[in-house]
Amino acid sequence: MDVLYFAWVRERIGRPKDTVETGAATVRDLVEELRAREARYEMAFADLDALRVAVDQELADFDAPLAGVREVAFFPPMTGG
Amino acid sequence: MDIRVQDAAFDLGAEVNGFAARQTGMGAVVSFTGIVRDIAPGLEAMQIEHYPGMTEKALAGIAEEAQRRWSLGDVLVIHRFGALQPDEMIMMVATSSPHRADAFQAAEFLMDYLKSRAPFWKKEVTREGADWVDAKDEDEDALGRW
Repeated sequence: MDVLYFAWVRERIGRPKDTVETGAATVRDLVEELRAREARYEMAFADLDALRVAVDQELADFDAPLAGVREVAFFPPMTGG
Repeated sequence: MDIRVQDAAFDLGAEVNGFAARQTGMGAVVSFTGIVRDIAPGLEAMQIEHYPGMTEKALAGIAEEAQRRWSLGDVLVIHRFGALQPDEMIMMVATSSPHRADAFQAAEFLMDYLKSRAPFWKKEVTREGADWVDAKDEDEDALGRW
């Protein structure tokens, strides 16, 4: 599964993308796995209220299931326009 | 529907004229353009990041929803990414409709949704450094009226 990071999430983690092997059932479980990796992940995921998530390029919530999912992205609230 | 995500500048006059010329039986064309304001002291650039793939889908989804809600001839959305200078145009939307009310409302709806539901992020670069622009509560609240 590809895990993508944008804006300050990408900057805190220091890379735009990870490819992970995961058995995480939900986005929240995946976040816990990522947090356990290194301090910079812990820092990026410290406050989930400050983050948004997309699952296979559709906005989702942190309880979204990951079965069959190919791409998850984490980013701050969007500021388009 | 015409959705474009690009780093290149666009010609607002040519885009609106071309859009209007392609319409048939539409009495109203409304366009909105977003411009980089020189508000931060010494703003040197506005960097716009986006999520290639999702951005185009999200914009198309928002435009389809507008077409479901209002009687529209067509919708045009152009949104730039990359480093933009103050006074440069960031994005535009145009809508056409037989009558103006639908064209105005659809353009406002597109803007409200595009601000908080399309995956773009702005970063202000000044002499002092660079800061991500925080999303505003009122932008999220604006979705409630639709």
